[in-house]
Amino acid sequence: MRIVAKEGRVFDPSRPYDVVVVGGGVAGLCAVIAARRSGASALMLEQSPRASRGGATRHARNLRVMHDAPNKSIPRTYSADEFWRDLVEVTGAHTDETLARLLIGKSAEVTDFMARCGVCIQKPREHDPSRKTAYLLGGGKAMLNALHLTTERLGVDILYDAEAPTLPLDDGRARELPLLVGGVSTRVGAKTVVVASGGHSANIEWLKRYWGDAADHFMIRGAADAQGQILASLLAQDVAPVGTPGECHMVAVDARGPKFDGGIVTRLDGVPFGIVVDANGRRFHDEGASVGPRRYAIWGDLVARRPNPIAFAICDADAEARFRPSIYPPIRAQTIAELAGKLGLDPATLVATVEAFNQGVRPLTDDPAPWRTEGVVPAKTRWALPLKTPPFNAYPMRPGVTFSYLGVKVDESARVLLNNGRPARNVFAAGSIMAANVIGKGYLAGIGITIGAVFGAIAGREAARHANL
Amino acid sequence: MRTSEAGEAARRALEICDACRFCDGYCAVFPAMELRRSITAADVSYLANLCHDCRGCYYACQYAPPHEFAINLPCLLTQVRLESYENYVRPRFLVGLFRRPGVAAACAVAFCVALALIASSPSRPSRPGPGAFYDVIPWSVMASAAGLALGLALVSSAIGMVRFWRDTGGRAPTARGDRAFATTLCDALTLRNLGGAGHGCNDFDESLSRLRRRFHHVMFYGLALCCGSTIVATIYDHVLGWQAPYPMFSPPVVLGALGGFGIVVGTLGLGWIKLTRDSAPVAPHAQTSDFALLALLLATAASGLLLLALRDTAEMSALLRIHLGFVLSFFLLIPYSKGVHGLYRLAALLRAAMEREATRSASEK
Repeated sequence: MRIVAKEGRVFDPSRPYDVVVVGGGVAGLCAVIAARRSGASALMLEQSPRASRGGATRHARNLRVMHDAPNKSIPRTYSADEFWRDLVEVTGAHTDETLARLLIGKSAEVTDFMARCGVCIQKPREHDPSRKTAYLLGGGKAMLNALHLTTERLGVDILYDAEAPTLPLDDGRARELPLLVGGVSTRVGAKTVVVASGGHSANIEWLKRYWGDAADHFMIRGAADAQGQILASLLAQDVAPVGTPGECHMVAVDARGPKFDGGIVTRLDGVPFGIVVDANGRRFHDEGASVGPRRYAIWGDLVARRPNPIAFAICDADAEARFRPSIYPPIRAQTIAELAGKLGLDPATLVATVEAFNQGVRPLTDDPAPWRTEGVVPAKTRWALPLKTPPFNAYPMRPGVTFSYLGVKVDESARVLLNNGRPARNVFAAGSIMAANVIGKGYLAGIGITIGAVFGAIAGREAARHANL
Repeated sequence: MRTSEAGEAARRALEICDACRFCDGYCAVFPAMELRRSITAADVSYLANLCHDCRGCYYACQYAPPHEFAINLPCLLTQVRLESYENYVRPRFLVGLFRRPGVAAACAVAFCVALALIASSPSRPSRPGPGAFYDVIPWSVMASAAGLALGLALVSSAIGMVRFWRDTGGRAPTARGDRAFATTLCDALTLRNLGGAGHGCNDFDESLSRLRRRFHHVMFYGLALCCGSTIVATIYDHVLGWQAPYPMFSPPVVLGALGGFGIVVGTLGLGWIKLTRDSAPVAPHAQTSDFALLALLLATAASGLLLLALRDTAEMSALLRIHLGFVLSFFLLIPYSKGVHGLYRLAALLRAAMEREATRSASEK
């Protein structure tokens, strides 16, 4: 049987490829490019149609890169040791030092690799440029376009709308992949396979195993196709897991945003300048505890762990100008009781919460940043601005899942490891499906794309070498 | 300032852009947007005229269709841009010319060519050599008609531009006005914002190209050379007393020929891009006004080149009248066609440069 893909490419399932790459994000593209450049015949399977290709990579912005000297895409320096210290700090040492050091070392070459693939790196901005990450001009989708053009030039075969539901292993060896191409069943032979198919962050049923029915209310910031089919298939076949099952990176997003693919724009900015109440109309955490960029993830996690995973960030008219507005207009009312009505909260409870908070505010200085509450539980330790000037504004908040921390264990050649500690014979992994080897907890801006690019290139090269042994 | 449907859609899209900011390296639109906490209808009009339609932000957009936000900024900003040309056009009753650009161009050409044919002086026989052109149409008639048309066009366009400037909140410079003017001139003459930060633009599709910028340069500088040719010829005629036609390798002819050739190449190139590019980020009605102006320019330049080639033959008289008819209709249509975009773009670029200088001087303090 022959299948003609929608874009006119002919795909012949009877012809085994040297390297089949599952997944069309940055990791899959870097793998397939590296494999092809190493002389292998290569096929990349993209689960989405062409118009929505690239998975969560579409939502990426920057690359974390080690550099000992400034260059045109990144100023000053970011040493390997500093990168390592940052990684240890955010992960709480949930990282494999060998792989992490490998990533950090190779990250220095990533912008050059990207530039050779036609990817444009943005010139650092004049004011307060990012020292640790290089910015992709236009972001992840522009990068995907450039990488795809490179695959076309190199003669890589790409199938869109092509799902690999499982990856059967026979004694640690993959021989062929069952496929659904445009809904039609077929299979493809492979000498080696690179899995770059992402985690399970969009698989609500999977999330429910750990989070219960609360997961029904999670928003998924990335692509809806991150169902983790290959991850599940491998873990069911004696492949060694890594990371914490059920744990996800989540940020607080506007509950009115899209269920999937909301990306960066639904993130809520205003939490530190007001109060946050849960579905019962009560405060549950110090809104001033974190005012830096990590607050988004802190609040995502906090809301996810409420019995009813919704919360409302509330501020008054004076505080409104202190943060970037949501893309959705605030829910607005002249009184707190009226606001409670609009939010579906008990008015008496919300009024009591706000009154208690306002009475606890101690405006110590002219600058309101250090203001705090006294006698209120939980206390607010910074930016304790009383809610007194109408109209009052509320933003409903849900946890927005960025990625899941469960993955497959790999070695330094990106080869998938089995539970007995031995490597699978011909299966390699790159990107989100193995990111937890390096970042088992927390997150560092730009590290996702760096992991995808570095381990993608390693996996592609090693797979090509292995295919021709 | 009144809000249109396209304007409101663009404002809504820009709010999402402001929350995303992935495109802030492409052009001046995004940094200008980021300076504003909220975006008004006037801001949308200003930003729309700052947009060079490089399409980078469409192909990079994580929220472009099929995403449910369906962001298509180039398309929306083009619509708003066209609306602003209509909003500020003077006299008002000529607004219809924007809505039927093809008809407008055809009518203008028909009218002007007819006028040129009537204005000819058939009493004197056409003969080659100095003064031949003025035997066909007296210099005074030629110069006054062209001067009047261009003058009217520039006055009308300038009134529109000033109204646009005021209506969108433009003010006198607050800091380093000289530097803002210099930057504006440089941005306009180099089309810096049509560069994708030096990497090229999405002229056709997802791939990057520099062709549109280059064809525009060839066309624009071709037009400039033609202006240069006319100026030199006027000096020859009035100051030095040398009458046209001039020898093949004289400055007016060389400048005019090169310029005409540039316009032909540039307009054909731009037209070819417009015909072959992916139309997803193209506003539905924009193509017509683009093609109308390109066709008029192409016809003007081509008739000029033909006139040059056949100026010693019997066809010269007819060709000269036709060419002058085209030139006249181009001048007349500047304020009522895509031709006006240059002035609005200049105003928007100046505004952006002034805002950048103001921000820079504020951060230095």
